[in-house]
Amino acid sequence: MMFGDLTRNDKLLFLGFTIAALAMPLLAWPVGANYPDLLQKFAIYGIFAIGFNILFGLTGYLSFGHAAFLGVGSYAAVWMFKGVTMNVIPAVIFGVMVSGLFAALIGFVSLRRSGIYFSILTLAFAQMSYNLAYSVLTPITNGETGLQLRQDDARILDRMFVEQTEGLPSTNLFGLEMSGYPGFYFCCVLLIVAFFIALRIQRSPFGMMLRAIKTNQVRMNYTGFNTRPYALTAFIISGMYAGLAGSLLAVTDPLAGAERMQWTASGEVVLMTILGGAGTLVGPILGAGLIKYFENIFSSYNDSLLAESFSFLPDFLNDALVFVIGPFVGEGWSLLLGIVFMAIVIFLPGGLMEGLARIHGWYRGRGQGDAGRNVAKQAAE
Amino acid sequence: MDVILLQLLNGLDKGGAYALIALGLTIIFGTLGVVNFAHGALFMLGAFCAVSVQALLTISKKVKDESIKFFDAYKEIPYLEAWWGDTGAMIIDYAVPISILIAIPLMLLIGLGMERGLIRYFYKRPHAEQILVTFGLAIVVQELIKAQFGANPIPTPAPEVIAGSANVGLWVGLGESVVYPWWRLIYLAFAGVVIALAFAFLNLTTYGMVVRAGMADRETVGLLGINIQRRFTIVFGMAAVIAGLAGVMYTPILPPDYHMGMDFLVLSFVVVVVGGMGSLGGAVLAGFMLGILQSFASMNEVKSILPGIDQIIIYLIAVVILLVRPRGLLGRKGVMES
Repeated sequence: MMFGDLTRNDKLLFLGFTIAALAMPLLAWPVGANYPDLLQKFAIYGIFAIGFNILFGLTGYLSFGHAAFLGVGSYAAVWMFKGVTMNVIPAVIFGVMVSGLFAALIGFVSLRRSGIYFSILTLAFAQMSYNLAYSVLTPITNGETGLQLRQDDARILDRMFVEQTEGLPSTNLFGLEMSGYPGFYFCCVLLIVAFFIALRIQRSPFGMMLRAIKTNQVRMNYTGFNTRPYALTAFIISGMYAGLAGSLLAVTDPLAGAERMQWTASGEVVLMTILGGAGTLVGPILGAGLIKYFENIFSSYNDSLLAESFSFLPDFLNDALVFVIGPFVGEGWSLLLGIVFMAIVIFLPGGLMEGLARIHGWYRGRGQGDAGRNVAKQAAE
Repeated sequence: MDVILLQLLNGLDKGGAYALIALGLTIIFGTLGVVNFAHGALFMLGAFCAVSVQALLTISKKVKDESIKFFDAYKEIPYLEAWWGDTGAMIIDYAVPISILIAIPLMLLIGLGMERGLIRYFYKRPHAEQILVTFGLAIVVQELIKAQFGANPIPTPAPEVIAGSANVGLWVGLGESVVYPWWRLIYLAFAGVVIALAFAFLNLTTYGMVVRAGMADRETVGLLGINIQRRFTIVFGMAAVIAGLAGVMYTPILPPDYHMGMDFLVLSFVVVVVGGMGSLGGAVLAGFMLGILQSFASMNEVKSILPGIDQIIIYLIAVVILLVRPRGLLGRKGVMES
């Protein structure tokens, strides 16, 4: 029944996605990204972006405070590790639930307004949480240092059932340590589940309702629908996704800091979603992967490495290339990101997915004349 | 009583910066209907005008240090000092006030360029896309500044003459306990003058009257044969100048670094929302009000009753205002109320 009412295309999409996700280490191998730390990031930020897309892509509400839920998820998960057990299942569940509650609270207030006011309200709440996490809530968040595991943590369940060892314990799934590839596959399975849920939401009457809110909320209200509960549900679901991503960050590396909640972090998930294509299913994951990949590659480069990689060129060309590209790598990676982002918003508001659709349409249009061009137009829309 | 006066002054100068940035933001929104997330970047650019002017004035040459006899020692002397002696030193000392003269035309050009080059293509696009593209622009500007000037704050002191503090307490008959830096008082006065000029321009000149008419009903003004778009572009440039000047003057208070724009932007947006989108008076009122409230909330007496209140007071007020009076304190009825 789970897959019964999906169309054939959707089944194929899901199948394709599952295979691609599981084979990610292989797919990432040619571009040199096949090490677990980075792959984990792909999966985790993919989940974050899928969740953000459920809110922004479907309902059109642009939240500028989503990192708050990510941070809350991280804190909750680390507290579970500290207080109860190093097993990751309770931590993830707790993280998702806490951030869901938090999202319900913030969403209830923020969704009373729409448009730019909504953006600013969410931004205000996120900044509030960030400031509080840094100052008054230090007993819970451990302030600037960030929340970390300690030798003398309670870990009630672990102390009862598991033999204590020297040194800090590591996160595990019933004994399987959550670092390296096991950690990646844990995140990967959750990514697939998250994708499946998002797919179901998008194809359901509920998803239709959300898209109607984006298209024309006023008309929805006039026809007698109260749109707020739907938008709130979307907001909570999206907050839970962020919480899931946050707790997975804690699973792969058990510490949590307030900087995860800063508004630049909220900006990052917006960038990912827009870059890939808001409102599409695969786009946000693509965007998250691309940003994390290039961040990893470019931010580690510097001028001398750059000169080395162009060393096959004659000297003057090499120098010129280093001079041109130099400012955009290493520290300057954010500059490149900003420029690309602006270009996307200006020329391709639908993100990379729209770009792909256009190329696809153009390709078909060339073969089949006018009829094909119309198909292309529809595909792009 | 002393404490209250001191906190009031503290709040007023921070409020001055908020009010100036928020004024520009709200002018842009009222005229062009554009939500400009890059306005903080303009504030920061203004601050870095002062940094650049200071760097230009202190270009130095190496000379032999005669006071050290045992070995060859060199010291750097700015060319200005080498050429003109004390006059040169004084010019360097006044780097920040001098940079105001440079910042005005420069920021005007930047503002006009930004409007013609980018913003005008976004009039008809949804607010979300305006936010996103100006957000991207802000990142780009910020990173360029970081690449050029580095990530650390750069001290740009006020002129020597006014480096000290004023005994404000004596003026109002409270004894000598309330002292306050001169530069901050100057900043406050400066903010007042700029705000007054902006209001005078919009309310007392014919040009300003046409702009206000355009804010109320752009189409009709256009039908009367006035090129309202051109005026709006110039107004955008002026908003950039106001933000830039706020930045120039703020440098002695807070050594500028590349992310100061973003820090102020978030707060300024909150200020605009509290004051009312597109309402000039609202932006100024809310700017000063929030500055003062924030300063009072950071008093130890208040913090002991409500811990952490100083961190969140501004946001808290914004939330309350948006929920009970969405158009803001002085916002016009029906503008962006949903």
